[in-house]
Amino acid sequence: MSWVNAVVQGILLGGLYALVAAGLSLVFGVMRIVNLAHGVLAVLAAFGAYVLGDALGLHPFLALLVVVPVMAAVGYGLQRGLLNRALGGGELAPLLVTFGLAIVLQNALLEAFSADSRRLDVGALGTASIRLGDGLTVGVFPLLAAVVGVLVIAAIGQFLARTATGRAMRATSDDRDAAALMGIDGRHLYGVATAIALGTVAIAGVFLGARSTFDPAAGGVTLIFAFEAVVIGGLGSLWGTLLGGVVLGVAQALGAAVDPAYGVLAGHLVFLVVLATRPRGLLPSAVTA
Amino acid sequence: MTATVERAASAPRVRRGGRGAWVGAGLAVVAVAVLGYLPLLTTRGTQVDLVGLFSLVVLGTMWNLLAGYGGMVSIGQQAYIGVGGYGLVYLASTVGVDPFLAVPVAAVVCALLAWPTSYLAFRLNGGYFAIGTWVIAEVVRLLVTQVDALGAGSGASLTGFAGIDPTYRIAYVYWLSLAIVVVVVGGVYLLMRSRLGLALTAIRDDPTAAGSLGVGVTRAKRVVYVAAAAGCGLAGAMIVANTLRVQPGSIFSVDYSAMMIFIVVIGGIGTIEGPIIGALVFYALQDSLADLGNWYLVVVGLVAIAVTLLAPKGLWGLTRGRVELFPTGHRVGSR
Repeated sequence: MSWVNAVVQGILLGGLYALVAAGLSLVFGVMRIVNLAHGVLAVLAAFGAYVLGDALGLHPFLALLVVVPVMAAVGYGLQRGLLNRALGGGELAPLLVTFGLAIVLQNALLEAFSADSRRLDVGALGTASIRLGDGLTVGVFPLLAAVVGVLVIAAIGQFLARTATGRAMRATSDDRDAAALMGIDGRHLYGVATAIALGTVAIAGVFLGARSTFDPAAGGVTLIFAFEAVVIGGLGSLWGTLLGGVVLGVAQALGAAVDPAYGVLAGHLVFLVVLATRPRGLLPSAVTA
Repeated sequence: MTATVERAASAPRVRRGGRGAWVGAGLAVVAVAVLGYLPLLTTRGTQVDLVGLFSLVVLGTMWNLLAGYGGMVSIGQQAYIGVGGYGLVYLASTVGVDPFLAVPVAAVVCALLAWPTSYLAFRLNGGYFAIGTWVIAEVVRLLVTQVDALGAGSGASLTGFAGIDPTYRIAYVYWLSLAIVVVVVGGVYLLMRSRLGLALTAIRDDPTAAGSLGVGVTRAKRVVYVAAAAGCGLAGAMIVANTLRVQPGSIFSVDYSAMMIFIVVIGGIGTIEGPIIGALVFYALQDSLADLGNWYLVVVGLVAIAVTLLAPKGLWGLTRGRVELFPTGHRVGSR
């Protein structure tokens, strides 16, 4: 029964990985850059919620109401002020700028909050669980986190499919120059894409921070897990990313069930196997992204 | 050939080098000679510090080879730094190989590891390649921490120097490191002046166009990836020979990638001179900001972001190509 339990835990964790990955994918799809600071920004949001909880006694869910809009605004400003400039500097510049940003933020967090591990306290919700069967219990909070992850991904999908801005993003993703000729303001659109990406990664960061511990250096693995979810699922497909997140989460949970030290390693190995055998991912998008 | 030259007498002259190259070569010889004499004049502490600087030069040069010449942004070179360091410790302490022989052998191990790895890593492009290399480095780190013979999570000490007096040991390691700097920088210089260097420059500017002109894009990139792995292995072995201690958390730290990137960006990407200057600047910043703890990485990171956006050619770019101590490209000029 512990194996079934591990699989269920992994599936629930996968929803959060996919949520982090969705923002990474969105930014890549729209402007073809990989934001290497994406993981650190999730950790920044978790620290934001931590400070609000510490200073004002806000529950992490209430803190989301502050953290998400702030992170979205930070994303818009970051894109307009910094990343749009980098986009003109060839392929290397955005990578160098976002990696530089990741190192700056991580070390600033380290100086501000020390290397101690922290956890966001969600109160009784953190320990509540539902008994599904013999020996199989599911924590209410992990379940809630996974449901929120899926809902946010579905909302991004609907946004891209149905709104004018979403259409403009898909058009820019298909052909940036043609979209610009049709009157789409790339700079503003890129800002909106990064704002959405950071808003969603803030949600993911807060839920991850409440699910387990985090510290300033956690941005690295957060970025890596999101990236693995994207590649396992297949570039350019939101539901593929969700599947990738679930596969990664299950691999980690099963690995950890064998030996706690093997959890993360098992996830990496599944990623490498998929990369070697199915380089386009498990659910490649019909149109090459 | 003579006929061609005579007929082309009125055509523009294509040249490489010139006075700057002779000055560069002369400066390099003098610098190496002076640095080589230093152990007879300086304290052990100075030599240990300088080996740290040499490792930064090697790391910067290797990252520049990857990104500046090969167009590959890697944030996972710590995989090979770690394998080089652990390779030295394992070969010297467990197998019993002479440590000075173990250093190049460890680099060969890195190259042998990098060759098959490149087939996986090259399935990814651009930013995803960058994170992919990081994942590979994490896998190597996690595997190493599982091996008890390598000290698992707590690391291992280099005991191969046990019979040597510390004064001599430090001087030998210093000379070895200086030799590695000469081999690595000189090797990249010669590589970039070769046919492969020309191919790499074409690939960096436009891989698709280079491929359509018959350049073996993937093969050239693979050679660069393997060479950079060997160079980073040398740097890792150098770092461990200097500190006598290897620990998975620090030798596989992504901070090495950050250092390499900052060195190259600040010094000037895509030049031989840039990483050397970048390493000097980084070393000076690290030294002067030492009291600030991790703030130095914040400061250096901000400087690197500013340089990328405002002066993408870095400090060496301030010469605007008028001075080329190590010229790799050909230029067309009138007589």
